[in-house]
Amino acid sequence: MIRDITIGQYYPGDTPVHRVDPRLKIVITLVFIVMLFVTRDFLGYAVAVAALGGVTAASRVPPAFILRGLKAIFLILLFTFLLNMFMTTGTPLVKLGFLTVTREGLYGAVFMGLRLVLLIVGSSLLTLTTKPIKLTDGIESLLKPLRAFGVPAHELAMMMTIALRFIPTLLEETDKIMKAQMARGADFETGSILRRAKNLVPILVPLFISAFRIAQDLAMAMEARCYRGGEGRTKLHALKMGRVDAVAMAFTALFVALLILERVYAGAIRAALISLFLV
Amino acid sequence: MSITVKDLVYIYGEGTPYETLALDRVSLEIADGEFVGLIGHTGSGKSTLVQHLNGLLKPKSGRVFVGDAELWAKGAKPVEIRKKIGFLFQYPEYQLFEESVYKDIAFGPANLGLSKEETDERVRESMAVVGLDFDAFAQRSPFDLSGGQKRKAVIAGVIAMRPEVLILDEPTAGLDPRSQRDVLEMLERIKADRRVIVILISHNMDDIARMADRVIVLEKGRVALSGSPAEVFAHEEFLHSIGLGLPPVTELMRSLRLGGVDVEGSPLDVDEAEELLDRYLRESGARRGDRGKLI
Ligand SMILES: Nc1ncnc2c1ncn2[C@@H]1O[C@H](COP(=O)(O)OP(=O)(O)OP(=O)(O)O)[C@@H](O)[C@H]1O
Ligand SMILES: [Mg+2]
Repeated sequence: MIRDITIGQYYPGDTPVHRVDPRLKIVITLVFIVMLFVTRDFLGYAVAVAALGGVTAASRVPPAFILRGLKAIFLILLFTFLLNMFMTTGTPLVKLGFLTVTREGLYGAVFMGLRLVLLIVGSSLLTLTTKPIKLTDGIESLLKPLRAFGVPAHELAMMMTIALRFIPTLLEETDKIMKAQMARGADFETGSILRRAKNLVPILVPLFISAFRIAQDLAMAMEARCYRGGEGRTKLHALKMGRVDAVAMAFTALFVALLILERVYAGAIRAALISLFLV
Repeated sequence: MSITVKDLVYIYGEGTPYETLALDRVSLEIADGEFVGLIGHTGSGKSTLVQHLNGLLKPKSGRVFVGDAELWAKGAKPVEIRKKIGFLFQYPEYQLFEESVYKDIAFGPANLGLSKEETDERVRESMAVVGLDFDAFAQRSPFDLSGGQKRKAVIAGVIAMRPEVLILDEPTAGLDPRSQRDVLEMLERIKADRRVIVILISHNMDDIARMADRVIVLEKGRVALSGSPAEVFAHEEFLHSIGLGLPPVTELMRSLRLGGVDVEGSPLDVDEAEELLDRYLRESGARRGDRGKLI
């Protein structure tokens, strides 16, 4: 039932991709996203697809897992695609009633669709290969310079860690409560909207109570272990850059360089390709 | 009413890296009025199995029949079947939600569509059955009760539905001895009535041996043993090997045997054990002419 929902799911593994320092991985993901917007044509995307494909293969995350993430945004994807296809003016290709598909529109639709897919796949690769705890560690560490401007980096990261940690717990709890009330004859599937809303009471009350209980228990456990915020706190798993990270950086630099070169010499490359085909 | 389960398979988290095969081709039949004890090591699939009996979990494959209705057949109504089955979850106190104990117990009967008078009668009756004083508790908030009182309130809520099948997942776990006895006595009364199928999951082998007509042993999601308590608890070594205990007297006899005393049999209660030991002492005394060895 509800348990089958996975959020920010992590796919366990011990590949180089998993081992890259989370700070670096976050930065690389951001660079990747920026580069997607720098690119103006399909040749650039070919490079991005190849890079992403390589990293995915190296991470050993089954492609089915990654594509599952796309299911959630399928509607947005379709919407973007159709909007681009029909709303761009240019050379007409086909006419469907009052709608016209133009050459430019089709190009734009495929291009934007591809950009969205690459964006989602790229960022889900980050969450799939990084433990949530490490991810928040990385975010905390990246936010640290902002402390000078009053950003409570540690507290933010702690809140994120706790929230992430308790999503599955609360889902489990909801599942349990729903089952228990269903066993008592509650019916969540039929009836008017008003009736169904009323039916949620037997779920929500116990859920809130257990959420508060969990929060209280956690606060007590943290206090019992003398937690007192970020000041002077060290980490059990200190983040340290290693050889994998150097490789990752080199790989990223190569990727960025390729895409910039492609953008600068796009005209020349196209001309070369065309002449190649003509010969 | 009877319950039949055929080749039930259930997998948690299928298609994720955390897949667990919780039930592996489980088949069983439970006759009308039978009292079944379900035992097994932690994680052997007991809770998973019973949740299939009222359609809370949908099996990956296999069939479940309750009475003449097949759950998950086309056009079947799990909601209707659930109304005939009382289900007490493991540590069930979290399911209390109403403002008063009375209203909470009335939740089940109200879902059955009973009249106010009928509901009132059932609430009073079931509070009496579990031993919660109506005047003292009916109007209290369920959240202000002690753990044991909460458990009794939940049990009352289940009984108030007058189910034809009663499934209890470790009803006595975490209760003080007095409340445990209350719950067990209530079960004895239900058993004596013989109108309800009872399925009791428990880690207390003594309770199981005393009350069950039949014991089913689950191990790694499979039915490992099934039979009368005497038959099942005779498999002492096997039960030990899968991490299960024996009723205390059975355990005592086993220890005696391991210690070199040559007694036969696996008694389930003290009387039976006394008889066996007495016979042993008489026979060995007759052989050796002394009765003091055991002491
Ligand atoms: N909600 C769940 N998600 C994933 N796996 C689960 C879930 N519930 C149970 N399992 C797994 O399924 C197996 C059977 O669990 P189940 O709860 O049926 O055991 P049990 O016999 O009731 O144990 P216990 O005596 O501890 O209550 C276990 O290996 C458990 O880890
Ligand atoms: Mg259990």
